[in-house]
Amino acid sequence: MGNGTTVLATEQINQVLNNIGDRKKSQGIIPKSLTLLSVLLIAAILAVILGNIFLGGIGVISWEFISQSPAHGLEEGGIFPAIFGTVALVFLMVIAVVPIGVLTAIYLHEYTRPDSMITRAIRISINNLAGVPSIVFGLFGLGFFISFVGGFLDSVFVIADDRPYWGQPAIIWASLTLALLTLPVVIVSTEEALRAIPRELREASYALGATKLQTILRIIIPQALPGILTGGILAVSRGAGEVAPILFTGAAYYLPYLPTQLNHQFMELGYHVYILATQAPDIDKTKPILYGTVLTLLVLTFLLNFTAIFIRSRMRSRRVAD
Amino acid sequence: MTDSNQGTLPFKPKSKLFEGIGSGIIRVSAFTALIGIFLIFVFIFKEAIPIFTSEAVQETASLDKMVFKQEFREGRDPLWSWAPNSRQPKFSLMPLVLGSIKAAVIAMLFAVPLAVGAAIYSSEFASKRWREFIKPIIEILAGIPSVVLGFFALIVMATVFREVFGFTYRLNAFVAGVALGLAVIPIVFTVAEDAMTSIPQSLRQAALAVGANKWQVSMTMVLPAALPGIAAGVVLGFGRAIGETMIVLMASGNAPLTTASLFDSIRTMSATIASEMGEVVVGSTHYNVLFFIGTLLFIFTFIINLGGDLILRRIKERIQGKVT
Repeated sequence: MGNGTTVLATEQINQVLNNIGDRKKSQGIIPKSLTLLSVLLIAAILAVILGNIFLGGIGVISWEFISQSPAHGLEEGGIFPAIFGTVALVFLMVIAVVPIGVLTAIYLHEYTRPDSMITRAIRISINNLAGVPSIVFGLFGLGFFISFVGGFLDSVFVIADDRPYWGQPAIIWASLTLALLTLPVVIVSTEEALRAIPRELREASYALGATKLQTILRIIIPQALPGILTGGILAVSRGAGEVAPILFTGAAYYLPYLPTQLNHQFMELGYHVYILATQAPDIDKTKPILYGTVLTLLVLTFLLNFTAIFIRSRMRSRRVAD
Repeated sequence: MTDSNQGTLPFKPKSKLFEGIGSGIIRVSAFTALIGIFLIFVFIFKEAIPIFTSEAVQETASLDKMVFKQEFREGRDPLWSWAPNSRQPKFSLMPLVLGSIKAAVIAMLFAVPLAVGAAIYSSEFASKRWREFIKPIIEILAGIPSVVLGFFALIVMATVFREVFGFTYRLNAFVAGVALGLAVIPIVFTVAEDAMTSIPQSLRQAALAVGANKWQVSMTMVLPAALPGIAAGVVLGFGRAIGETMIVLMASGNAPLTTASLFDSIRTMSATIASEMGEVVVGSTHYNVLFFIGTLLFIFTFIINLGGDLILRRIKERIQGKVT
């Protein structure tokens, strides 16, 4: 009884106080409309951008456009290799980032105390990782993955005689670079899900004689699955949109073949947009394809984002219902 | 008896080894972020070291040659010049630093009023339904890949702006800055709005109860209390603006000028790395300098993020009553 009444009383108090606050409305009208104006301005800018891209791109998109290769110096044809490359890239990235991100979140939430030195150091690293400029990730991919790791692999396993096999730009290095970039996204999202799991579930599991690892594998991870899924989807959407990290770690201007091996280079939607917009000899001829590519990229990232937002809000409302 | 009991237990006891390996994997994975940030610094700084040690590199790219004006020809005025591929390579970083600052400052001038204004509206005035309209708008804006914003600035905004303002250069600091601002708005908004909504309800109620109107509460109580949080948002936004690459690469004109005008073409540090790293000879002076620029970007954003973080944690502790 107690809780319900308190909530009701608080609401009533808020209502009364808000009415008192609203009484001298005239004083707040200018700031209210000024701040409202900034909201409307942002909304208008967004509408113009999305509208422009939609109108420019919708006429171009067809089955041929998504299923064919570029032709005639990128001035004709479709963008299938770029779509394929993007999917392959983020697929490899997800395989790398989701397990590590989830395990990190589990460690932070289940294994350490929130104020311990290690937790703090890891948290600071995660926050900073999220703030490192994406072009710096590109440099890192080049210096670490391609030169250091790839060079090392080449010196150990001699596959091709003189050409580098691993020590060159490749889809595996680009996706690992992106995995490091999107690691914070997965960690933050998983942690949110872990925080929502009631303590009693863990205690019940321990009381039945389960070990810590069993509790994590059979109780915690299944419970946190929507959060993990959200994190994975957000990471994919982020990774699919990033261009700077893949500029010199594996993206290619044009390729006659699809990337079927880990050391192949690849075409990618975002990079394709950059190339079409800046390197085309005759921008008027490439413009329709450019708009079509931008629209495809936007639809892809938005679909992913909306799915993530949908799962997250369902997860939150379920928690409230519980 | 024991057997049937065991059968009803949902968990079979596992070996110690299994337990040890499992938690070992978890512990090791948890350090990826920490090791990652450490490796990023090491492997980027490593390629910049010759600037401090190699005399051959220092001949054209020592620290003071990168910072101060140089006299490249007898009798000519000394100048700052970035021309790594000319016969006499010039590695002054000043045009690039100036370019980055110009673009970021324009971005902030454009983004901060809009983002903070929208955050104030969302937390202080908006009805619940309005708030459910504002949040997705910001999330959609945040979800637009920066290469798409760069594309829009290059293809649409630059042309429109030249028609309207009559710019000499189609691509310039102003166009790039405004587009960059669009990428910054979500960060500033999110942090600022968070700061304002986390002011305890009891404070607002106390002020309302003694007769203040809503606007007075917002101005005299919520805003001052949330100011450090808004500042943190601005700081983090500035960090993003300095590091952002694709927008400035596509919309700034990429000319390393050192003019004061905000309507000339510019070239930023990030765009320089992006456009030149692909063609550079590995191990050359130019290569080392590009990694040095990367090191500067890394250190700068590291400090910014640490600072922004510190402010936000202080606020959190103060609101929770740990620090008075």
